[in-house]
Amino acid sequence: MSDTQPDAPSLYAAREPVFPKKVYGRFRNLKWLIMIFTLGVYYLTPWIRWDRGPNLPDQAVLVDLANRRFFFFWIEIWPHEFYFIAGLLVMAGLGLFLFTSALGRVWCGYACPQTVWTDLFILVERWVEGDRNARLRLHRQKKLDFRKVRLRMTKWIAWLLIAVATGGAWVFYFTDAPTLLIDLFTLNAHPVAYTTIAVLTGTTFFFGGFAREQICIYACPWPRIQAAMMDEDTLVVGYREWRGEPRKNSDEVKAGETQGDCIDCMACVNVCPVGIDIRDGQQLECITCALCIDACDDIMEKIGKPRGLIDYMALTDEQNERAGNAPKPIIRHILRPRTILYTALWSLVGFGLLFALFIRSDIDMTVAPVRNPTFVTLSDGTIRNVYEVRLRNKHGEDRPFRMTVSGDPAIRIQLEGTPYGAVTVPADSTMLQRVYLMAPPSSEPAHSERTEVRLWVEDTSNGERAYQDTIFNGRDN
Amino acid sequence: MAKQPRKKQEVETTGHEWDGIEEYNNPLPRWWLWVFYATIVWAIWYTIAYPAWPMISGATEGYKGWSTRANVAQELAEAEAANAEINDRLASVELASISDDPELAGYARSAGAAVFKTFCAQCHGSGAAGAKGYPNLQDDAWLWGGTIDDIHYTVSHGIRNEDDPDARYSEMPAFGELLEPEQIEQVVNYVMSLSPTYEPQDASLVTEGETVFLDQCAVCHGDDGTGDIYQGAPNLTDAIWLYGGDYETLMETVTNSRFGVMPPMGGANLSEAEIRAVATYVHQLGGGE
Repeated sequence: MSDTQPDAPSLYAAREPVFPKKVYGRFRNLKWLIMIFTLGVYYLTPWIRWDRGPNLPDQAVLVDLANRRFFFFWIEIWPHEFYFIAGLLVMAGLGLFLFTSALGRVWCGYACPQTVWTDLFILVERWVEGDRNARLRLHRQKKLDFRKVRLRMTKWIAWLLIAVATGGAWVFYFTDAPTLLIDLFTLNAHPVAYTTIAVLTGTTFFFGGFAREQICIYACPWPRIQAAMMDEDTLVVGYREWRGEPRKNSDEVKAGETQGDCIDCMACVNVCPVGIDIRDGQQLECITCALCIDACDDIMEKIGKPRGLIDYMALTDEQNERAGNAPKPIIRHILRPRTILYTALWSLVGFGLLFALFIRSDIDMTVAPVRNPTFVTLSDGTIRNVYEVRLRNKHGEDRPFRMTVSGDPAIRIQLEGTPYGAVTVPADSTMLQRVYLMAPPSSEPAHSERTEVRLWVEDTSNGERAYQDTIFNGRDN
Repeated sequence: MAKQPRKKQEVETTGHEWDGIEEYNNPLPRWWLWVFYATIVWAIWYTIAYPAWPMISGATEGYKGWSTRANVAQELAEAEAANAEINDRLASVELASISDDPELAGYARSAGAAVFKTFCAQCHGSGAAGAKGYPNLQDDAWLWGGTIDDIHYTVSHGIRNEDDPDARYSEMPAFGELLEPEQIEQVVNYVMSLSPTYEPQDASLVTEGETVFLDQCAVCHGDDGTGDIYQGAPNLTDAIWLYGGDYETLMETVTNSRFGVMPPMGGANLSEAEIRAVATYVHQLGGGE
């Protein structure tokens, strides 16, 4: 912290453009792989087909908002099963806790869409305009000559194409992709599709091309939350200052002076996508992308020093290494009670969801007893209770459902609108059916306050069945 | 992102101090200030554009002429227009065939439930369970008939009202002026004996009551007491009592008579489609014939 006194406090700081230099190394390779994988999943998933039989969509992953259905390969989620989504969100939350407490901002550095798309945009920028030095020259060139215009336009058009593809891929998740693609080109698609594509194109273009690290630094709340989840064993990208300092480049070295391993070559600063100097210590801007590790390792190898001047390390390592001890192995930073607890909780929710998924039946109902009035006396003195039953048919064909009741032999069942105890529920839909339970005047349930009964629904075509427990209210109520 | 040098500034303070913590008197960021001015400009425009300033009778209307009432009217008109086609269909098909068309029946049930809660629930209750003097519409006993056509007629014209000449009409005499008190007691005992929940009491009163019943009551309620839906005469042999089946209530009913009135819902009150919707709704509550 300096004590210099400027004339007037500046209330606004202009963005300093960042020109990340190309880098090679194992973390860069890992990031390429993750980028190919995540972008591949994002762009290609809507095109995977999955045969579900007649009357149901054959798109493997489909969020059908109009019909309120979510399809994921062999899984079909209806609105009343939204707890699966809630469960997945809980898992996502716990997963982020786990990764953040173990590996710090690993999400930010490798998997966040902002990082992945920015990386892709920088890649395009490098292809078109050249590496850091060429881009810097182009940036500083005041004159707007043909070459500058051509390079800028090429870059922006490439970005725009990526942005359109990004926005375009999004809408395919919400309707049949091949149909929509044709509709989009023949201008027959719904305005919502075009609007969504336009908005996502705009945000992708702006966030990836221009806003970049400013999104992470100023707009995103997640880094601030993550900071609260890290502890002294969390792995972050750090600089071994005790090994590197005093930093000197070859011009500054005078005979007889001590010199650290850092040769002040600025390789780590030049590759940084958020424009910081990692040697200043942990900073809120750092997304732990580890590119500075690759850059520094490369230099260390060239000058014949051990790798790892900049490295993944934890706060506890610093005290350890300053005291001259060996650092804890990485695995012991990762495996500790906190991360094991998160893993356990994460797996618990995961197994719970899997279990819930496999005990789901294809036939389903909910029973809402009508309690206004609690019971009706019929002309012969029979006591009748009314239930509003939602019958769900998750198949692509109409299914005959028969309803029965068990719990008390005196209670009979009748379905509104049909003299038989059976109805046909149309394909892939819910049917609201009024169901009557009746107890003869002199029977036990007619006189008791409450009788527990079980309503059964059975698919008469294949014998599959399900039940719901409910209450029959008698006269003494 | 280059780091700004961290400056130790000599900024004047506001003079406020809490436990040694002082408050700087820093200027607002420029963008913040401009946003603040912009909100002032916007607020002035807003009070001109929309209803705002209170006057003696009402408020300024604003040049855009916006009002919540107009919004509601417009949304109602839109809803009406959106339902126009199915309402026309509902109003024109055979009543008995509504239940054969799942789409129409579903619409009629939902629309009918809304109509019922607005126009019928005051007397018949929100669950159609009725009350003393107001029939329960969920059971299987119907004073004037429980087919969809009967219900439709009753809803359209009402019962014993003076507004609709086609209203269902019948009148039970007040037997307090026609019979001796002991005859009334006898016939009440007989009527009670017709009910399935009857617990035998004075058998001689019942026997004498039967004579009185056949003379005075059977013309409307039938020789066997099962009533007559063409006159709205209740079935006296079932387990359902409109006003109550105990001795005191029946004495009162026979002595003073009853005269339940239902207003007509046709004409100015409800459209034909709405009447048909509510008739469909009532018909499927559990007692429809």
